[in-house]
Amino acid sequence: MSSSEPEGGEEDTGSGHDAFGAAQRDALQRAFRLEWITLAWMTGTAVLVALVAGQSQAMRAAWAEDMLSLLPPIAFLVATRRIRKAPNRRHPYGYHRSIGVAHLVAAIALLTMGAYLAYDSVAGLVTVERPPIGLTVLFGHAIWSGWLMVIVMVVTSIGPVILGLKKLKLSEQLHDKVLFADADMSKADWTTAVATIAGVLGVGLGLWWADATAALLVSVSILRDGVKNLRGSIGGLTDTEARTYDDSEPHPLTRQIEVRAGQEPWVGEAAARVRDQGHVFHAEVFVVPRPGVEPSVRQVADLRDRIHELDWKVHDVVVAPVPELPPRQTFRSTLRT
Amino acid sequence: MESMVKTMSWTVMRQVRHLILLGVLLLVVAGCQGNFPADARGSLDRATEGELRVGIAENAPWTEVAPDGSVSGTEVELLNDYAETIDAEIRWIPGGENVLAAEMKEGNLDLVIGGLASDVPWTSEIALTRPYATAQGPDGNPVDIVMGVRPGENALLVDLERYLAERAGEL
Repeated sequence: MSSSEPEGGEEDTGSGHDAFGAAQRDALQRAFRLEWITLAWMTGTAVLVALVAGQSQAMRAAWAEDMLSLLPPIAFLVATRRIRKAPNRRHPYGYHRSIGVAHLVAAIALLTMGAYLAYDSVAGLVTVERPPIGLTVLFGHAIWSGWLMVIVMVVTSIGPVILGLKKLKLSEQLHDKVLFADADMSKADWTTAVATIAGVLGVGLGLWWADATAALLVSVSILRDGVKNLRGSIGGLTDTEARTYDDSEPHPLTRQIEVRAGQEPWVGEAAARVRDQGHVFHAEVFVVPRPGVEPSVRQVADLRDRIHELDWKVHDVVVAPVPELPPRQTFRSTLRT
Repeated sequence: MESMVKTMSWTVMRQVRHLILLGVLLLVVAGCQGNFPADARGSLDRATEGELRVGIAENAPWTEVAPDGSVSGTEVELLNDYAETIDAEIRWIPGGENVLAAEMKEGNLDLVIGGLASDVPWTSEIALTRPYATAQGPDGNPVDIVMGVRPGENALLVDLERYLAERAGEL
C-alpha cells in the first residue's frame, strides 16, 4: 500500500503494523487482549467500589482513580488503530506519533491521579476529617462496611497486579511506552487498593488519620511515575534522542546504526540522528565516503537495507552521503559500546 | 533488558509479599482488639453507664421540644430505648440543625436527631447513620431518615445502626 517503487528493500517503510515482525504482531494481539481485559476489570471495579464506597478517603479516591485508569487502555486501543494506516502525502512520516500522543494521555492520567490522591488526603489530614465507616445490612446480616471494603479491595486488586506485570513485559517487546505507562497505572491501582485496606483497618482501630496517610504515601509513588512518563512522552514528541521503552537510557540502536554504517568498506565516518516515533524509529544516517571513493546509488541503497535489517524498530531510514559530517545535525551517540 | 523486566517483576512481587504481610499483621491486630471498629475518641465507652449527649432539633413527628424543655417524638422514644441498652443517661441539648452541627464540630455532642434526611448538608460535621426509616418529603418523593453521630466514632455509629436495624426488623 505504501510504495509501489521497486527500489525499496524487503523491509520497506510502511504503516506501524507493517513494521512488526511475527513476534511483535503476536505481542500486539496479546496487548490488545490485556487492554480489553483491563477495561472490563476496571469498569467492574468501579461499579463494585461505588456500591460499597462509604465516606472513606481512599475509597472515594479509589473510585475516581478507577475512572482515570480507563484512559491509558483507551489511548492504547485508539493509537494502535491509528498506526494501521500507511504513510501518505498528508502524513509523510506515517501515523506512528499516535503512540506518543497516547503516551502523553496516559502520563497525564497518572499525574492527575497522583495529584488528586495527594490533594484529597492532605486536605483530609489538614481539616482533620474523621472518616465514618458504619454498618451494612447484607441479606439480613449486619456487617461492618469496613470489612466489605477490604474484601472488595482484595478482590479488585488481583487484576491490576497480574495485568500490570504482563503489560510491563509486553511494553519492552513492543517498545510500547503507552503499555509501559499503563503498567505504571496498574501498579497505581493495586497499591492504592492496598493503601485503602490499610487505611480502613486503621480507621477500624480508631486511627482516623490512617486512611489519609496511607493514601498520601501511595500518591507520592504515583506522582513520581506520572512525572517520569510525562517527561518521557514530551521528550519523545519533541524529538529527543531515541530512548529505551522505559525512558531509562538512550537507546543502543543509535550506536548500532552508526557502527553498522561504519562497517561498509566505502564509509569513512558515520553519524545518525534517531528519533522515536512511537514503536518505530526514524533514522537519518549521514555518511562520509572514504577519500577518493564515490559510492554508487546501489551501495547507498544497500547500506539503507542493511540498517533496516538491524531491528524491526529501525523502520524509516534515510542514508545521506555527505562530504563532511554536518556539525549541527550530527552528534555522536551518547552511548559508547 | 529482559533481565531488567525480570528484576522489576521481582521487585513488584516482593512488594506484594510485603504488603500481604502488612495486611495480615493489621488483620491480626484488628482481630485482637475487642471492639472493632473502635471510636477515635471513645464516645461509646464514655456513654456506656454514663452520659449520652444528644442534640435535638425540633421536627415533628420525629422530635418535639416543649416550652418547658421536655422532649418527645418517635426518635426520642427510639433513643431512650437505645440508651437503655448501654445503660446511658441522655442529656438533651435542643437547638437548630446548624447550631447542633457547630456544637458537634466542637465535640459537645455525641448524637444529633431531628428527622434528618440523608441528604442534609452537614456531612463534614456530622456522620450519618444508614437510613432507618422512609418518609414522604414535601415534594412527594420518599426521603430517607437518618440520625447524626460524631464523625470518627465508629463504634458508637455501628452500635446505634445495629440497634436501629433491629428495631426496623431488618436483622
